[in-house]
Amino acid sequence: MPTLRVNGRKVTVEEDVYLLEACRAAGAEVPTLCNFDGLEPWGGCRLCVVDMSLAKWDDDWFKMVTACNHPVEEGMTVITDSERVLATRRVVLDLLLARCPETPLIQQLAREQGIEETSYELNPEPTDCILCGLCTRVCDHIGVSAIASTDRGWGREIAPPFNEPPPDCIGCLACAEICPTDHIKFTNSNIRRTIWGKEFEMLRDPKTGEAVITRAQAEHFAARSGVPKSYFETSDKSKRLELAKTFEKLQVVK
Amino acid sequence: MRIESKDQFDALRTEAKKLEDSHKRKILVCCGTGCLATGAKEVAESFAKEIEERGLDVEVGLGVKSTGCHGFCERGPLVVFQPEGLLYTKVQAKRVPEIIEKTILGEELIPGLLYKNPADNERIPAYEEIPFYKNQVRVAMRNIGRIDPTDLMDAIAHDAYTGVAKALFEMTPDEVLDEVEVSGQRGRGGAGFYTARKWRSCKAAPGDRRFVLCNGDEGDPGAFKDRSIMEGDPHSVLEGMIIGACALGAHEGFIYVRDEYPLAVVNLQVAIVEARKLGLLGENIMGSGFDFDIQISRGGGAFVCGESSALMRSLAGKTGEPRAKYVHSTEKGLFDLPTVLNNVETWAGIGAIIHHGGAWFAAMGTKKSKGTKAFSLVGKVKNTGLIELPMGTTLRHIIFDIGGGVLKDRPFKAVQTGGPSGGCIPEDLLDLPVDYEKLTEAGSMMGSGGMIVMDDRTCMVDVARYFLGFLTEESCGKCTPCREGLKQMLAIYDALIEGRGREGDIEKIEALANGMQLGSLCELGKSAPNPVLSTLKYFRSEYEAHIRDRACPAGICRELTAFEIMDDCDGCHVCFKACPTEAIEGTIKELHVIHQDLCISCGACLDVCPTDSIRTLPKIELASREVV
Repeated sequence: MPTLRVNGRKVTVEEDVYLLEACRAAGAEVPTLCNFDGLEPWGGCRLCVVDMSLAKWDDDWFKMVTACNHPVEEGMTVITDSERVLATRRVVLDLLLARCPETPLIQQLAREQGIEETSYELNPEPTDCILCGLCTRVCDHIGVSAIASTDRGWGREIAPPFNEPPPDCIGCLACAEICPTDHIKFTNSNIRRTIWGKEFEMLRDPKTGEAVITRAQAEHFAARSGVPKSYFETSDKSKRLELAKTFEKLQVVK
Repeated sequence: MRIESKDQFDALRTEAKKLEDSHKRKILVCCGTGCLATGAKEVAESFAKEIEERGLDVEVGLGVKSTGCHGFCERGPLVVFQPEGLLYTKVQAKRVPEIIEKTILGEELIPGLLYKNPADNERIPAYEEIPFYKNQVRVAMRNIGRIDPTDLMDAIAHDAYTGVAKALFEMTPDEVLDEVEVSGQRGRGGAGFYTARKWRSCKAAPGDRRFVLCNGDEGDPGAFKDRSIMEGDPHSVLEGMIIGACALGAHEGFIYVRDEYPLAVVNLQVAIVEARKLGLLGENIMGSGFDFDIQISRGGGAFVCGESSALMRSLAGKTGEPRAKYVHSTEKGLFDLPTVLNNVETWAGIGAIIHHGGAWFAAMGTKKSKGTKAFSLVGKVKNTGLIELPMGTTLRHIIFDIGGGVLKDRPFKAVQTGGPSGGCIPEDLLDLPVDYEKLTEAGSMMGSGGMIVMDDRTCMVDVARYFLGFLTEESCGKCTPCREGLKQMLAIYDALIEGRGREGDIEKIEALANGMQLGSLCELGKSAPNPVLSTLKYFRSEYEAHIRDRACPAGICRELTAFEIMDDCDGCHVCFKACPTEAIEGTIKELHVIHQDLCISCGACLDVCPTDSIRTLPKIELASREVV
């Protein structure tokens, strides 16, 4: 297990983790917007930049890397708050604040870096989307890939194909739930759910009557996992009630 | 027929050379993209027709060949006559009968078609004597212009695939690697990583399956060297890749070409099919037992797909976006398997390195940058075109001796090297020997070898803005500093050239550039501030003039510049005709005037004025004069 030095503090981590984990283990705060445990690191937001030096390099030679996707190595030295790291982070947040001036999360992160107002030209059409790619990546991860990024550069957007209701979407809401700025909107009722302009039928728990899952999602999960569809239709409350009944039976036996 | 042994290959080569020699006289018509655009196809067809009609092929052993780019695109269509080595420029199809009559049958030169040296107005008949060609040393482009790219036998007659034969039958894979290491060749795509080091790193990676890729996604504005190589000598690329695959033990190769290069795609495809037929590619190459095949993948033309990790993703059918390269592609590249990706020019040089030996290559160039390098010389220079020179040649030699100097003999201002991510090098660095290190030290880079010459009628703020505009369009948008930073940088530049610049803008540009250099994911974003920083470094006063004086010293930025006709105007009326908005008034032989309310500051009048009687001045100065 490699041992690293983060901000002067020694920390030992597992072989196959990334720098971000080592930084966190050492108690160093490294902000990130596009990283999510359980998804492959992406390295897009560039907030988690740190200064890193390998054991074999000269002592004063540091390279700036993103902590989220750089593998750890024995004897590494990491500095998470060097002047140029902070300066770069400030530029990134300043730019994001110009893009999303009304987004509370970005306002807060910027404020933490001492930025109250952006020094750049304000986005004439403020958006909450920071293009962190979490939504598309989680959608890929689930095996659906209903949405993707379209266009490139400044014109980049997250959208379903041809901006029409995505045929592959199963209405699982993973994209909306993972979105750090709540940019992805949806409506939910006991009967139906809409997201990305597509309407979904909700399956209700046969016993409690509460909406549990969209039909499309239950079918998708059942097909992929081999678990019967009825399992996904059962609400948590229902499952707990079922479990409680088992305990009741146990008492009777006693 | 399939070649089954080295002896058979040698026999074929002898036969090919004999075939080549059977034509005592040859006409080589340049059919590169530039010449094709000016009518080279018709020229070649007329020659072929004339030869057939007059039976000259039998009578005087005359043959005509459509070759790849001769490089001197400025003067196209180009026709070379062999064995005399005579060059005719700007040849049109209608003059073909005359050429046959006079030059071929009558042994008489047509002066109007000869190259005129702009330095002394002398006509130079011999190809080899023209400064543009005389000073070149061609390695990667060794056969371009000499062979018909669609004719494999022609290529073999000019030593194509001899490197493959040598590598397969006379050398072990490790010896091939050693030879490449001795050559000291570095990647010609721009970054300049040592070829041998890259190969060794891939070879050391675990696994049985590995790939050899060719990067033909050249996308820099003004660069066309890879295009010319793929179009004019596709076999040199295939040869290099086969040798590389042999050294690495790879059996699959891909050439990633942008779809905007249709001729390159066709010629490569023809070359691959022909080479497969002869057993030079595919299973059991030349009977050696070594298998290697190449496929072409056509790119959609995104600039960022020239970046290695984006290229590999695009090749694998995913969105062409870069990834962090903390794990090198030599270990985890295409399909997460060990991969070597080299530029077209790099591969094209490998065959020659193996054929002539690494030491031969290393004898050329500078201490750290060996061999020769191809450059696309464009912009305000007399002889534009494609050139190949030993590393370490000075910029002055390239621009003034080979390029013939600045167009219209205007003062030289700067040369932009390395494509959109390169930088501008000013006049006092003209004696800089061109190699990887020296260009980087000067704040520019080798890049893909584009060289754009600029004269005094160039505003450096405007130049930086142009490249920023290109990169803003081409950024993939994955990472924040590049996507948002480029757009914001462009906004600042738009303000500068429109006269809305403010004190503090320069510092803001510098801080943003620094953040982009340090924070961006791939080289596109990291190097995007280069044009900004290099122009700031060498031409800071121009920025200051734009901000403080609301003036564009070069007289280019329209919002800041007014034009005025001076008293020495002789009334030639040329500007009157050139003005697109009819803002100029005046009768012939009398002083003309520009009506400022109609003038759009395009500068067309200044460019055409034969007596240099039109000058630029800041609009603000004109306005203050009117108030007085």
